Amino acid sequence: MEKRVVLKNCGVIDPKDIASYLAVDGFEALKKALKLTSQQVIDEVKASGLRGRGGAGFPCGLKWELASKAKGAEKYVIGNADEGEVGTFKDRYILENDPFSLIEGIAIAGYAIGAKKAFIYLRAEYHFLLDLVNNAIAQVKKKGFLAHLDIEVREGAGAYVCGEESALMDSIEGKRGEVRYRPPFPPTSGLWGKPTIINNVETLTNIPRIMLNGAGWFAKMGTEKSKGTKVFSVSGDVAKPGVYELELGSPLRELVEKLAKAERVKAVQIGGATGRIIPYAMIDAPLSFESVLGAGAITVFDETRDIVDIVEKTMEFLAEESCGKCTPCREGTEVMAETMERFMRGEGTNKDIRVLKELAETMMLSSLCGLGQAAPIPVVDSLEHFRGDYDNHIRQK
Amino acid sequence: MKRAGRNGDKGKLLVLLEAAQAKSAHVSRDTITELAESLELSIGEVYGVASFYSFLATEPRGRNIIRICKSLPCLLKNAQVIIDSVRKELGIKPGETTADGRFSFELTNCIGACDKAPAMMINSDVHGDLTPKKIAKILEAYK
Repeated sequence: MEKRVVLKNCGVIDPKDIASYLAVDGFEALKKALKLTSQQVIDEVKASGLRGRGGAGFPCGLKWELASKAKGAEKYVIGNADEGEVGTFKDRYILENDPFSLIEGIAIAGYAIGAKKAFIYLRAEYHFLLDLVNNAIAQVKKKGFLAHLDIEVREGAGAYVCGEESALMDSIEGKRGEVRYRPPFPPTSGLWGKPTIINNVETLTNIPRIMLNGAGWFAKMGTEKSKGTKVFSVSGDVAKPGVYELELGSPLRELVEKLAKAERVKAVQIGGATGRIIPYAMIDAPLSFESVLGAGAITVFDETRDIVDIVEKTMEFLAEESCGKCTPCREGTEVMAETMERFMRGEGTNKDIRVLKELAETMMLSSLCGLGQAAPIPVVDSLEHFRGDYDNHIRQK
Repeated sequence: MKRAGRNGDKGKLLVLLEAAQAKSAHVSRDTITELAESLELSIGEVYGVASFYSFLATEPRGRNIIRICKSLPCLLKNAQVIIDSVRKELGIKPGETTADGRFSFELTNCIGACDKAPAMMINSDVHGDLTPKKIAKILEAYK
């Protein structure tokens, strides 16, 4: 069953009119937060158990606390709207339908860490949303809710890797979006070397809900380590693609079969290009950080699909989008893409499979960021669960 | 103090490149040289940024840019058929520009319209649930 917490205003309010947002308790959460100390706000977010919705699942309150305690008068909040993961469109849906909740979340985050400036980094593909978001910010400002914080939208220019937080910051700084070495981490040294928190659109949209209803209310939803709900983007071989919000811990089957009406499912890719590939036998797996989740991209493949073909296309994408800074990712994704292509031509060998496995381990251990570390996952998962599909391509020789 | 100022200006590079592109559909050599001079950057640094991002072009292109999504969710919904019909309609391959300069045609990675797959962008407009039949009509609107 759907549970609309993050999406509660979507389809309810007019995203072009703040009055409709104010009518559904809009900015009550910010008013409440401003009456508390910034530490009390952070404590509330910590107590809620909210974890980052961009895929990594880092505890949100802890991130805020690190930035709040970091030395420096100049601090930044960044709303990450660079939703580039293949198969993800939930942040687009939130921005399209309820930009005000995001802005309210950013306003609360700014107060909590003591930032005077915030950015929303909007991917180039969502340029059509720029006016809507800017208009929403202007209305919020006019109502006097942004006295403590200036929010500026910065646009990306087409680069998957810029959804990765350190590459995103380099992009805002006007550079090539290349990943940074860490430590230092953004809460201590981020944008222009200043303490910075970067949160996903969905994470920030959760904030007003938590402040308004309390951490206790939020923490009642979900599992032990995955509190609240999650917004999923479902596409591929389904009758009803779209955005669905479920309580964390809900079974994958509910989302894929009940809500999106998929039939004869062979596999599901969870978390986009670098996500897990789950065979139908595991369709009852709970959707949570403990199990599988990512940013909530759910791509469904039916029985007619060849998993080798799927993985080949996935690796081709990752090879294109690797920023090229570290060798394991830059070269590893290329070699994997080439190898998969060889399988598609019917020229794969058992030795190729050994090389793929070895390479996967090297990339996971030594890549600089999540892209390279997670890039081998589709290869590893497909070899584990769909070895037969590979064998089909070897035999063709 | 001077360094801080310079950092601030440098920080505008991507914004300035985006503005240049919005004006003339690509970032020209002259623009790169001018930006390098005014921001006290090397030409290589400016070119490096301009060439990093797939939505910035360093070569002249058509008045309208068609970007067909070639990521998995669109491919599963027969994006290849759409790619082929645009190709046929315009008589150009991905990466090319029509002789009259009306259209450039590219393939792109996930545009976040998987719920409307197969999908494409023309300039910043998203067109979804595409069928070969719809293509000619959609293209007509872009002069």
